[in-house]
Amino acid sequence: MALRIASLTKSFGGLTAVSGFNLELGDRDLQGIIGPNGAGKTTVFNLITGVYAPDSGTVRLGDREVTRLSSDALARAGIARTFQNIRLFAQMTVLDNITMALHAQAGYGLWDATFRTATFRREEARLLAESREHLARFGLLERQREQAGSLPYGEQRRLEIARALATGPKVLLLDEPAAGMNPREVEELIRLIQQVHRDFPLAILLIEHQLPVVMELCREVQVLDFGQTIASGAPREVVRNPLVIEAYLGEEEAPA
Amino acid sequence: MSTAPRPDPAQPLPDTRPSRVRFWMVCAGVLALAVPLQLLVDAGLFSDVLNPYYLHVLTIIGMNIILVASLNLLNGYLGEFALGHAGFMAVGAYTAALLATRALPPASALPPVLGTVGILLVTLAGAMAAAALVGYLIGLLTFKTVGDYLAIITLGFNMIIVNAIQNIDFVGGPRGFTGIAKNTNFVAVAVCLVLTIGVLRNLVQSTFGRVWVSIRENAIAAELMGVAVARAKNRAFTIAAAFAGLAGGLWAQNQQFITPRSFDYMKTTEILVMLYLGGMASLSGSILGVVAYTLLMEVLRNLLSAFAPQLAEWRMLISPLILIVIMLTRQTGLLGNREWRWLRPRQGA
Repeated sequence: MALRIASLTKSFGGLTAVSGFNLELGDRDLQGIIGPNGAGKTTVFNLITGVYAPDSGTVRLGDREVTRLSSDALARAGIARTFQNIRLFAQMTVLDNITMALHAQAGYGLWDATFRTATFRREEARLLAESREHLARFGLLERQREQAGSLPYGEQRRLEIARALATGPKVLLLDEPAAGMNPREVEELIRLIQQVHRDFPLAILLIEHQLPVVMELCREVQVLDFGQTIASGAPREVVRNPLVIEAYLGEEEAPA
Repeated sequence: MSTAPRPDPAQPLPDTRPSRVRFWMVCAGVLALAVPLQLLVDAGLFSDVLNPYYLHVLTIIGMNIILVASLNLLNGYLGEFALGHAGFMAVGAYTAALLATRALPPASALPPVLGTVGILLVTLAGAMAAAALVGYLIGLLTFKTVGDYLAIITLGFNMIIVNAIQNIDFVGGPRGFTGIAKNTNFVAVAVCLVLTIGVLRNLVQSTFGRVWVSIRENAIAAELMGVAVARAKNRAFTIAAAFAGLAGGLWAQNQQFITPRSFDYMKTTEILVMLYLGGMASLSGSILGVVAYTLLMEVLRNLLSAFAPQLAEWRMLISPLILIVIMLTRQTGLLGNREWRWLRPRQGA
């Protein structure tokens, strides 16, 4: 089991944002969380990644309880994520966005960097080579010297996913990766996630607003509404659930 | 999943041709000029052309570049707004002055040249260590703060340091610290300058520098990439303070007389003006900003004293004015974040 979450709860003031959330994500699983706006999806991600501390409940990564670790410790433990509103290092080059992500495996210290020792030069060359190889896997090598912020939207999303994967995570959390994409970009994204799922030994948890993305990708899906899981199961069954239809029809965008 | 290379005309690719002029060549050039220049001025040769005043201006430029480049680590690369750099400089200056006058034998009691070099090494190492320690503590204090709060805390620190020194009679209080031997010259400053730029370049072009810039670009994303943000920031504060301390140590032993007021927020402001004039997150910008600002101020000083001596003090209005003009017209400074080619990383094949 890659990620096991039990009774995760979080309130802000009087509002319960997430209530008794459970999840069992297998080692190479691909599951989704759907739900209308404000249902608490992103809060779940923020609880898993240590942005917020939960009021109660536990998060286990593999065999390790990681519930109250800090965000950076969780990232080093193997949880990587992307953001609904892309958070690249916009003024850094595409290459540096990836090389930066390898900081934890840079095998040199301050002394080596200060004096450019042989260790530094060897390790920098390795990081650079690995970064380029990684970019090539995502079709971004031609863009390596450009500023990340200048890429078109779809490629920024791809770079953000590539950057998250560069840390070598066990669990990848994707927060509405298809947000703001046109249908063609969504198609590309679905293929990208499928490829990541196939090629990388990790579990993926996906928040998505667009049902077709979830239907195509996820083995299992949970529906959140007002912080509570109102349904879970295979995507095709879940979308026929009357509770789910009601939750979705309660707002402007009806399920596809 | 692969895309064809699509050149984007709006975003010209940076010039990545390898530079023929390399970093070490520029450093060697600076030192190769500094030594004969110093010797000629010391010997009083060609004194109509090479007068000691020019050497003095060059020395000031060298020390200011150390200050500006080290502040660049915080305000440019790390993206914070630290307002206490002169405070770290003061710590270095007073530490070096104390070591030189109270702890070490005078240079006259030691073998020539080597004795002075030894005194310099000890006093500057002490200055750097003391300033680094203070920088580390300030870093601890500010590790949860960003933006305005960090600016205010560092400004407060600057004022506390100046006021504290004013109240310590042992170091001369408000009267200042006198009787410091002139242990530095232009060559010593040039050596320190070359080492500082080299070390800062090495750091910002390493994983440490990439982490600092990533914090500037998006602290939350950096944290979720596994960066211990507080530690990385503290590291930058410690290193920046150490080099400000180095500049202070040189300053004390060049001016031979320091007062607390020489390190108040006016000095910090001057460092900031030079930094923003040159451009943030660029060591080239730091060098250019200092050279341009110092030359401008010296030219103005000479012009005013020659033609309008009654306006001489108005010179000091120029520096805040420059800052306002930069902010209104060219917020990126002269160079933006570009580097001269000899300062750029050498991209592997």
